[in-house]
Amino acid sequence: MSQVPVIDAENLQKVYGAGGTPVVALDHVTLQVHQGEFVAVVGASGSGKSTFMNLIGLLDRPTGGALRLDGVDVAKLTPNQRAAVRNRKVGFVFQGFNLLRRTSALENVELPLLYAGVSAHERAEAAKRALTQVGLGERMGHMPNELSGGQQQRVAIARALVNQPALLLADEPTGNLDSTTTREILKLFVDLNVNHGITVVIVTHENDVAAVSRRVVQFKDGRVVMDGPPPAEWTPAVPAPWHAASTTPASEVA
Amino acid sequence: MNLFTLLRLALRVISRNKARAMLTVLGIVIGVAAVIAMVALGAGAQQNIAKQIASLGSNLIIIIPGTTNIAGVRGGGGSSTTVDVDDIDALRREVKSITHLAPANRQQVQIVAGDANWGTTVQGTTPAFYVVRDWRTDVGTEHSELDEAAHNKVCVLGKTVAAQLFGTDDPIDQWVRIKKVPFRVIGVLSSKGQSPMGQDQDDTVVIPFSVFRQRLAGTQRDQIQVAYAAALDADSSQAAVDEMTAVLRQRHHLRESADDDFSIRNLADMAAASREVADSMTLLLGSIAGVSLLVGGIGIMNTMLVSVTERTREIGIRLAVGAKSRDILVQFLVEAVVLSAFGGAIGVFVGWLVARLLNDATGWVTIFDPSVAALAFLVSGAVGVFFGFWPARRAAQLDPIDALRYE
Ligand SMILES: Nc1ncnc2c1ncn2[C@@H]1O[C@H](COP(=O)(O)OP(=O)(O)O)[C@@H](O)[C@H]1O
Ligand SMILES: [Mg+2]
Repeated sequence: MSQVPVIDAENLQKVYGAGGTPVVALDHVTLQVHQGEFVAVVGASGSGKSTFMNLIGLLDRPTGGALRLDGVDVAKLTPNQRAAVRNRKVGFVFQGFNLLRRTSALENVELPLLYAGVSAHERAEAAKRALTQVGLGERMGHMPNELSGGQQQRVAIARALVNQPALLLADEPTGNLDSTTTREILKLFVDLNVNHGITVVIVTHENDVAAVSRRVVQFKDGRVVMDGPPPAEWTPAVPAPWHAASTTPASEVA
Repeated sequence: MNLFTLLRLALRVISRNKARAMLTVLGIVIGVAAVIAMVALGAGAQQNIAKQIASLGSNLIIIIPGTTNIAGVRGGGGSSTTVDVDDIDALRREVKSITHLAPANRQQVQIVAGDANWGTTVQGTTPAFYVVRDWRTDVGTEHSELDEAAHNKVCVLGKTVAAQLFGTDDPIDQWVRIKKVPFRVIGVLSSKGQSPMGQDQDDTVVIPFSVFRQRLAGTQRDQIQVAYAAALDADSSQAAVDEMTAVLRQRHHLRESADDDFSIRNLADMAAASREVADSMTLLLGSIAGVSLLVGGIGIMNTMLVSVTERTREIGIRLAVGAKSRDILVQFLVEAVVLSAFGGAIGVFVGWLVARLLNDATGWVTIFDPSVAALAFLVSGAVGVFFGFWPARRAAQLDPIDALRYE
């Protein structure tokens, strides 16, 4: 597949602190991610993973280099076009869920559709479908504070999916979750990648989470220091179709 | 996002913190309520004055000796002696733009009928009086020129006097005594209600001018306390005033530079005077409204600023899932407008209630004007747009990542 890469970062740079002492969070990162890939981004705390994800998700702007999403140079986008990309092309899942308080699961999931100009009826339909897809069909009327961490993260994933984005970005989505819940969420990501063709980029600092992916990109001090398949000694937290080809048939143990 | 969704969202956010919403809109409530109530009072007073001025008679012109103040009718009342019966005759002869002229002298008297007796004002005047004042009898007849010529001791009672002396009995052809002189009742005047000065106009007795001069005037028999004239029509009213002024000035040998020693006012003057009062009242109301809406608007701006700060993360989330900065702007603007319009609506209701309660408690006439209410409501909405804009713009200008990271 010699397609245009979904993500095409070229010498991407992010320096914080215009005043005082500048912090180089991203130091000339060049990276391509193609459609259908399942990528894990790993690295020590402070290595620039979140910074990278925020740039890809158009939540933040680079201080140098170029970023193309589906071949489009994002530097040339107007603020409204950037909003449209966030709305339709990218689904973002945060470590802290970032759900609207005192707003039902259903309405949280409807939010991207609201800004996409979808009618109330279709919004509700699509949101219900997304919630059912993530296994939360029964809890749609609940407020976030009435849901467990895993359930809240599912709501957030449903919200990220509801506009059927091509790219799912997840910044430590399982960082606040226990191992059982983590596995459920990871299964969901694998399913989305395998059965729906969604490109997944997931940040984690856990080896078994990273091992689920097909490709691991390691950051250190704002640079990519390693890029390749997960090391064989890492045990994937959940099985994925591509593991079958390799040696370990993953955790039946669970 | 369509308007319905926006309104629902705004209402939900506002209803989450009802106490804050109420305190926020209090300024607007008070301002709008004050305006609604006072405009209702003002309109009531204005209508009263208009009615009372109209009750004086159409095309009426009032001539009073001595100099008086703007209101035209105050003071005067026989306190000066600069107009006499010869002046009246001259006016009748020389002024062409008046149809009738009725001198009227008055005196406080006790009027007695059998056992009953009542203190009232007797007015000696000519039959023209009934025409000029547009004040006809309900029962019986008015006195005539014949009565004047023959010095007939007849009288026409005001409604109040008739009721005091005769109750529900028919007073016609009954006898009453005024200063020991017996008068035969020949008619009862229709009811006029209050004068612009608040007196009961029906508390009076009318007798022929000639009889008044002869029997009641004493040494002042040639003096005129007041005279009523009727202009040909409303258009010639000012001309009539000018002509009469010229005649009287000439007869009184006043120099060019000297002030009038009498005053002549038409209804237009009196209406203008009352309109002046109404205008200054409107100005006062306007400034009260302006100040309270300003204070109310600042309250809304403050609350919206706090709200934007508190909800920075919410804004970040909305931006992250694809809200345009315009969506955020509109969301907060709608919230501000809903808040202030809500205050406006409560204000209109409270104002209406206050006007009604005032009416019930004091009897002051209040007129609730729906168009003023609608205007006040719209203005309060506009206050929301104006004072909500800055906070909303601050929200809209937030950067997604900064907003998401906000603690
Ligand atoms: N808003 C910011 N202002 C200043 N420095 C920042 C900011 N965000 C991140 N950094 C710095 O940038 C570097 C990379 O941070 P981050 O991308 O969050 O790392 P990771 O997600 O890998 O832990 C760190 O040194 C961090 O301190
Ligand atoms: Mg991070």
